[in-house]
Amino acid sequence: MKLQKDKPIERLWNGIYVENPVFCLILGMCPTLATTTSAVNAIGMGLSTTAILTMSNLMISLLKKVIPNRMRIPSYIVIIASFVTIVEFLMEGFTPGVYAALGIYIPLIVVNCIIMGRAEAYAGKKGPVESVFDGLGMGLGFTLALLLIGSVREMIGAGTWFGMKVAPGVYEPVNIFILAPGAFLVMAFFVAIMNKLKIGAARRTGWDPTENSCTDCANCAKLGMCSGKAAKETVEEAKV
Amino acid sequence: MRILMLALSAALINNVVLSQFLGICAFLGVSKKSKSAIGMGFAVTFVLTLASFVCGVIYTFLLKPFGLDHLKTIVFILIVAALVQFVEMFLKRYIKSLYDALGIYLPLITTNCAVLGVALLNVQKDYDILTGTIYGFFTAIGFFIAITIMSYIRERNEYNEVPKAFQGFPIVMITAALMSIAFFGFSSF
Repeated sequence: MKLQKDKPIERLWNGIYVENPVFCLILGMCPTLATTTSAVNAIGMGLSTTAILTMSNLMISLLKKVIPNRMRIPSYIVIIASFVTIVEFLMEGFTPGVYAALGIYIPLIVVNCIIMGRAEAYAGKKGPVESVFDGLGMGLGFTLALLLIGSVREMIGAGTWFGMKVAPGVYEPVNIFILAPGAFLVMAFFVAIMNKLKIGAARRTGWDPTENSCTDCANCAKLGMCSGKAAKETVEEAKV
Repeated sequence: MRILMLALSAALINNVVLSQFLGICAFLGVSKKSKSAIGMGFAVTFVLTLASFVCGVIYTFLLKPFGLDHLKTIVFILIVAALVQFVEMFLKRYIKSLYDALGIYLPLITTNCAVLGVALLNVQKDYDILTGTIYGFFTAIGFFIAITIMSYIRERNEYNEVPKAFQGFPIVMITAALMSIAFFGFSSF
């Protein structure tokens, strides 16, 4: 099935699966590692990022004719930072528990490279409707990835899921998984599984794994610094 | 004594990269060669110290007295972005040798979450300007230590045979996990 480009469904699918920001583009590592200590925190972080990403994509796409090209990065930063401040207040008011658990990582959504990356690569060029769905897709992809990592870490590290006990009584929780090293470890295994699948698919079908991912990196504000490029190289090396 | 504890805690015990997950992007992206890693380390040290000082000053004298607390995220990110630009222009004009060494790393620092993170942490922890600047400096030293060690390990890793699926990003993550475990040793003082 071939989805039509720039249509809402295609955008959602692209963000959730084809160009999943965490597992494919390897963007937004700081919140991914820091806030996945439990499934609840992961969902909180994922949804707040989704809200900010959708709103900022809409705003940037509406204002793209007004913002002069040379001033676009500072303008994007101000737009994103404004939405982050709004979300920060909303969370403080309505979900104080999650707000306290996420702490400093909520204002730090400003420097989440997924948001800036989408503004540069998509919202600044396309119409408002596609941009909203692009933001939603990317945000949901981010949320799902965070939920997956958070669930694994919580289950192994605490034996619970969303606070409910899931492990049998004899299971001794491996504490290190909810501490810092566990985040690196779980992430490493997820990306390795993803690579394994990609290498297998490339071998079987001759499909080019770099075809769909990282095409927008050339415009990304964080080129040379994000590890999306490293992932691409991995796949390329693996092909040889 | 208090300063010493603050320094140790910022640089080693609560290492900015390995236990607080700030500045991961730079940590992973620029640690492939030890030379560039050290360059990045110096650039971050420079900007982070300056940024925590400037943000501290603006917060204490401008935002707090006028009750503009809630604008701190917007103001801080703009300060960091402007500061990086300014430092770059200044170095290019007056200290050419330093600019040649740090030049390409400077623009990347704007989006380094460690810089904004430390500025916000200073406010959260209620540090005064001097304490905040010292905290910023030693946090940057922690970043420097982590990225330097990481780059040396990655240089050696080049000669190891790594399973195909683990090449590139995953093996770097596993290295980071082991480093993080090692740094945990400091917290059991």
